[in-house]
Amino acid sequence: MAEAEYVLELRGITKIFPGVKALDDVYFKLKPGEIHALMGENGAGKSTFIKVITGVHAPEEGDMFLNGQKVSFKHPTDAQKAGIAAIYQHVTNYPDLSVTENIFMGHEKIQKGTRRIRWKEMHEEAGRLLKELGAGFSPKTLMGALSVAEQQIVEIAKALSVNAKIIIMDEPTAALTKNESEELYRITERLRDNGASIIFISHRFEDMYRLASKVTVFRDSKYIGTWDVDEISNPDLIVAMVGREISQLFPKTEAKIGEELLRLEGLGKTGYFADVSFSLRRGEILGLTGLVGAGRTEVCETLFGVSKHDKGTIVFKGQELKVKSPKEAMKVGIGYLPEDRQKQGLVLQWGIGRNITLPALKRFSNKGMLNNRKELDLAKQLAEKVGVKAKSVFTLASALSGGNQQKVVFAKLLTGDLDVLILDEPTKGVDVGAKSAIYEMISDLANAGYGIIMVSSEMPEIIGMCDRVAVMREGRITAILDREGLTQEAILAASMDDSAPATDGKKGAGA
Amino acid sequence: MKQAATNSAALQGAGHDKSGSLSANIAKFRELGLLLFIVILSVGVQLRNPSFLTWENISDIATNTAILSILAVGMMLVIITRGIDLSIGATLALSGMVSALTVSQYPDLHPLLAVGVGVGVGLVCGVVIGFLVSWINILPIIATLGMMNVFRGLTFETSGGKWVSAHQMPESFKAIATGSVFGINNLILIAIAIYIVAYYFVSHTRTGRRVYAIGSNPESAEISGIRTGRILWLVYSIMGGLSGLAGVLWVSKFASAQGDTASGYELSVIAACVLGGVSIAGGVGKLSGVILGAVLLGILNNALPMINVSPFWQNFIQGSIILIAVLVNALVKRGIDRNNLMRRKI
Repeated sequence: MAEAEYVLELRGITKIFPGVKALDDVYFKLKPGEIHALMGENGAGKSTFIKVITGVHAPEEGDMFLNGQKVSFKHPTDAQKAGIAAIYQHVTNYPDLSVTENIFMGHEKIQKGTRRIRWKEMHEEAGRLLKELGAGFSPKTLMGALSVAEQQIVEIAKALSVNAKIIIMDEPTAALTKNESEELYRITERLRDNGASIIFISHRFEDMYRLASKVTVFRDSKYIGTWDVDEISNPDLIVAMVGREISQLFPKTEAKIGEELLRLEGLGKTGYFADVSFSLRRGEILGLTGLVGAGRTEVCETLFGVSKHDKGTIVFKGQELKVKSPKEAMKVGIGYLPEDRQKQGLVLQWGIGRNITLPALKRFSNKGMLNNRKELDLAKQLAEKVGVKAKSVFTLASALSGGNQQKVVFAKLLTGDLDVLILDEPTKGVDVGAKSAIYEMISDLANAGYGIIMVSSEMPEIIGMCDRVAVMREGRITAILDREGLTQEAILAASMDDSAPATDGKKGAGA
Repeated sequence: MKQAATNSAALQGAGHDKSGSLSANIAKFRELGLLLFIVILSVGVQLRNPSFLTWENISDIATNTAILSILAVGMMLVIITRGIDLSIGATLALSGMVSALTVSQYPDLHPLLAVGVGVGVGLVCGVVIGFLVSWINILPIIATLGMMNVFRGLTFETSGGKWVSAHQMPESFKAIATGSVFGINNLILIAIAIYIVAYYFVSHTRTGRRVYAIGSNPESAEISGIRTGRILWLVYSIMGGLSGLAGVLWVSKFASAQGDTASGYELSVIAACVLGGVSIAGGVGKLSGVILGAVLLGILNNALPMINVSPFWQNFIQGSIILIAVLVNALVKRGIDRNNLMRRKI
């Protein structure tokens, strides 16, 4: 079967979204009856790639071949008809509809003539598919009442119901337990044995070794390579996934590390994270990283009083901290720079000045009346301090570039009398020049004695900026790395690999 | 209006795991609760005023609830798609006015044609709104708020600000709403017919199920290749058509067409839907629930005066009951969400 024909081949696919190249000259080949793993970091372009295959996005350049014949899908139904089914990570089910309907949505069984839905037949068929997959629930169950693993099985049944020849699974094991994953492996293998070809996207090496015979790696929207799974070693694969150079300048200076500000002891919140412990000292930059959905943001929101934890304690300056709202958190000295500055960080229709002073209005008000002069002075002073480039403090926030907007949000934080700053993806969507300005600012803040928690998915900045890094995976901290042991490989291994022991020696520096 | 037997909503659980069937029970409980409340309310009122549960009064309530329940069917579809339609009161007035003016000009017109005129006008109104929502992507609340004023203005314009009153309408026209077959009022029969058709549409046609799908998860609907725009358009057109029909019935029933007919009525319709468990967040809503919601509102309207509750308190009581219903809904949902979270093992 050497170089026989491919069921699916993509050549030179390029997909451009306004301002971003989501896929850049990407190649992919899938043999019949093969399980092919697709790997890459967050934002490597995997999800966009799937959407190109399934006809949701039309690529700007490149060709797609199905069984050797050139095809171009204009609409998701075209791909469905061609026998391609995708099991997306979480977006595609209808929680309010029954399992049967979820399976048959888009290709319901219809009585000829009257066009009536043949419910009985659909329920029976759905029941048969579920039984085949070893599921124990009734097809009449509401989708929303099922566990994630059960929903995953429904998605697979859906692929089976259209007789899909090519099945794409986008991180199907991300939310599953070990036993559930094992069940999924078995089902996937059975699908393959029945002649389906499978593209399996995952962050877990375990998945790949267990299932796939080939692996293709994307990095930064580009195609890196394809290997036989038993041909490439684990470290080589990690290098393939992260192997970019750290070209940016990190003005990290050694700040004086002071006393302990914050300590988390076994913090947990049902369904989001569990057993999270770390500490933060004055002048220290602590990185919090891991894959998207690992629970980083949830931990930060809990610290900032946006949501409540139900296990463990937070100790702040030696006292147990119980904040019920962001307002209280700010009062005791914890500030939060939200991930989405446009939605959570700024009032876009307002000027820079009013944005900056928003959290501190109390200081300028006397019996509810604002002292505009004082407000303006502080706004000007802070805008200058963080180096916002704009005509005046009256320029609308919406008119600023991403980097300048982020600076305004930083200035907002500086209005308060804070000790701990939580920065959630501080350089997301910011161009390189503004990035290094923001890094400089973060460094200055650490020098000024703030304790900083920096949440980020970008490894270069984590490595370049942080004194220590806590890595999270699936709601738990899997490693706390010191500056010496800080490499991209170590971080990736801790955030992806099941086998990475949580009680690694490196953890000692933590609590 | 038993819907449970056929589809999704049923959720027999079949010994599935515990938390699943618990949430199922709560969801079921909601409708039973509403029914129970109606029964208790009726018995209570009956004890105070024995003329409440007479055949005559029940028929009266049904007749008065008919138009509300017809409109609630359309509104349910709209809300299921995560939309809302504030224009229906105005659409109702406009189509009622146009058909009343038509019959006052041509008294020999067959009543069915008059109904046709009303439904036609309503349909056009609905098509326009559907176009705005699905093609121009205007938020439903804005699009319908704007069109509400447009339609209301048109109503005054076409009538020149005058009323069309009883003596200008031929008997045959007034008989549409006052006539009866086998002793059952036409309005009730029409409402029943509409519920039967709607039931078939909602649970036995592909398009009907897709209305739920796009409300339950629009993103996913797009990925499954459902043409969301067309379905939205259809839904607002149906709403318009039903408003048109309701307009003719209204004018015929009250034998008067005015510029401000049914002003604010859309809120009662929305209230009936919400009471019946239609979720403003989309994707959820059952005809059985909606009809119970409409009936409850109808009973409140009828019963409160019968036990001498002052008209001021009537509004207060109605509002409170709606809020309580929504509150119970929210609590139930929170419980379900929490249940689902607990099942995520970390």
